[in-house]
Amino acid sequence: MTDKISDFLKPFQEAVQDPGAYARAWKEKHQKSVVGFFCSYAPEEILLAADVLPFRILGSRKQISLADAHLQAYSCSLVRGALEDALSGDLDFLSGTVFPHTCDSIMRLSDMWRMNLELDFHLDVVLPVKLNQQNAREYLVDVLKKFRSDLSTAMQIDMSDDQIKASTILMNRIRSRLNELYKLKLRQPGLLSGSDLNTIVKASMFMDRRDVSNLLESFLEFFKNNEETEPKDGKRLLMAGGLCSMPDIFDIIESSGGVVVGDDFCTGARYASGQIDTANEIMTAIADRYAERIVCPAKHSGINSRGDHVVRLAKEKKAAGVIFLYLKFCDPHAFDYPYMHEMLEKEGIPSMVFEVEDQLPSEGQFKTRCEAFIEML
Amino acid sequence: MSVNDKDHEKEKRKIKSDKQMKDIMTTYYIDAKTAEETGKKVAWITSGGPVEPLIAMDVIPVYPENHGAMIGASKMGVDLCEKAEEMGYSTDLCSYAMADIACAMVNGGPIGGLPKPDILVCSTNICGTVLKWYEVQARYFNVPLFILDTPFCHTEFTEEARDYVRKQFDEYARFLETACGKPFDYDRLQAVGKCSLEGQRLWQAVLDTCTYKPAPMSAFDAFFHLALIVTLRGKQATVDYYKALLAEMNQRIDDQISAVPNECIRLLWDNIPVWYRTRWLSDKFASFGACLVADTYTSAWCAATKYIDESNFLDSMAESYTRIYLNIGVDEMAKSVLQMIDKYNVDGFVMHSNRSCKPYSLGQYDIQKIVQKERGIPTLMLEADMVDERKFSESQIETRIDAFMEIF
Repeated sequence: MTDKISDFLKPFQEAVQDPGAYARAWKEKHQKSVVGFFCSYAPEEILLAADVLPFRILGSRKQISLADAHLQAYSCSLVRGALEDALSGDLDFLSGTVFPHTCDSIMRLSDMWRMNLELDFHLDVVLPVKLNQQNAREYLVDVLKKFRSDLSTAMQIDMSDDQIKASTILMNRIRSRLNELYKLKLRQPGLLSGSDLNTIVKASMFMDRRDVSNLLESFLEFFKNNEETEPKDGKRLLMAGGLCSMPDIFDIIESSGGVVVGDDFCTGARYASGQIDTANEIMTAIADRYAERIVCPAKHSGINSRGDHVVRLAKEKKAAGVIFLYLKFCDPHAFDYPYMHEMLEKEGIPSMVFEVEDQLPSEGQFKTRCEAFIEML
Repeated sequence: MSVNDKDHEKEKRKIKSDKQMKDIMTTYYIDAKTAEETGKKVAWITSGGPVEPLIAMDVIPVYPENHGAMIGASKMGVDLCEKAEEMGYSTDLCSYAMADIACAMVNGGPIGGLPKPDILVCSTNICGTVLKWYEVQARYFNVPLFILDTPFCHTEFTEEARDYVRKQFDEYARFLETACGKPFDYDRLQAVGKCSLEGQRLWQAVLDTCTYKPAPMSAFDAFFHLALIVTLRGKQATVDYYKALLAEMNQRIDDQISAVPNECIRLLWDNIPVWYRTRWLSDKFASFGACLVADTYTSAWCAATKYIDESNFLDSMAESYTRIYLNIGVDEMAKSVLQMIDKYNVDGFVMHSNRSCKPYSLGQYDIQKIVQKERGIPTLMLEADMVDERKFSESQIETRIDAFMEIF
């Protein structure tokens, strides 16, 4: 059984080991472009319609040195790491980069990226920050249309509505399957470790999307018929926060007596949230998803949107506690924590917060706090 | 020079308008704090927020950021930031926000806290932090929040953005109508707009007096006199005050009174001031005969005049509120810096790497390189924070300034 799971996980794990190598190999094999993007608000459906490999850029594993000449130390490890990778040439397989507007750090990184690198193209997608007004919705559609047009020009291709629709169907499928995977893990927490699930989601953000869709389908197909369960004891924990590009976190939690039953991560469930209604005019339909999907703290869809969501999620997953994780120097997440902590407290759900540096040097610290928290539940 | 002569010197150099400024600000804060009694509504608004519609609707605008500067200047920042940390906010967050969030809880700060808002008005043209900060206050005070979402202009101001922002001004008018229980006064807005534009032009003229060598005032004086164009833009009192200040500056030029006696080095300052050390920094640079003759911060409140259409203030607000200094690409900011270096005849560039402000600080290293390359003038980077003194190391800063000044 474990062997079978290992087989399924292998392609994802290999890709995640070295995303750059994966992208280079893909480029070599398909003779097509790889386009980098940041954040879960990048309109992947439109990118895919340009017949490229959309490659989500996450933090670097390198020591920062080149990026220091551009970014102060008080910026998060995602922007510093990404810039480090770019400046050192590790991302030279990219034809271009897409920067959706999210937080101040990404916003300034876009300027530095454009000013200091020589990629073929650089596209800013200045999405609205406000999502809950009609004027914002209209602007969002306008911005997506502009992105489509700019991308077409940059790649010197045409993009038909049908092509965009086809890509949308593919992304819908991937998101739907990822959500199925989450549900599967909830039913059988021991089947898939939190780390493995995180690996799969991460890989989905830069691997060939058709492959991802097929791999997920096989996985789900197999386990649909195999209801063998490995019972897993442990305190049920919901994880919430920003980027989580470190699988180790999950291992630490699980070895401390916790079991991860769900997440609200940028590189997790939020990425997979929301289906697009392809029966509607496609650009409007895509806009609807970006406006209505589970909100990131850098966007505003209501005063308590995220808090409501996390409380609802915690109850739904029957979580005993919530662990908030965000990158050090991540302002939007840091501002959200206190009120969400309070909302959860009111529901009798304890929560703790841990500021993460992408390389987790403070592993021991995290484990200690984790153990203490879990014990208390 | 005798003691009496020294005092006379100091007296001569003091800007006479200072006192009137203090009086206007005091009256303003008293009005704001007694608004409940006078039946007026109070709005908390961000420093880049559209204040003219508030003035047109007789709403008193209050600026938590201006209050943040006061907290910094009164050296009350550390205490309040620590309180915010106890509330669960990360120490790395903007110290204006931290101080204000804590202040609201404890009614701290130098004036016993700000009057409670009836409404909150947040424009994202200065940063994304204000969005989060105002969400916190909307929860805390349980009052309506209006967000003016001004799309970032990396390299251009798009028609889509213009359209979006213009529509939001209609949303804003409806929002104010609901809050104030009366129709939006478009005629009054046009009049307030005219007054606002006049105020901005006068502020620019005041700053322009520093192109004169030696400068009649310094950036540190500008940091102080800035308050009116930020908080009471659109009011006649602001126009009257800056007229008087401009006259005083022109008089000082005639009388050869400069901010720094024996000015021999002219510097440009970048970023928000180190509010708890403005006097110290001013004296420090002056001791070398250096005057900070201009800065990128105070000029941000008059730079958008080129986008304002006096005959149609409302429509042009979309552009004038979106294309502000912090809402443009780093390379655009660099162009602006080079222009200021030329205009004010600047010998050196002093940059405050302000931990609290990412849109202002991230990109400074690139701007620094461009300045060095394009103008070849010395640049100094000072790492600190605008309100949180824990992030200021006097010895380190002093050493850096001394080393920098030696270059000249």
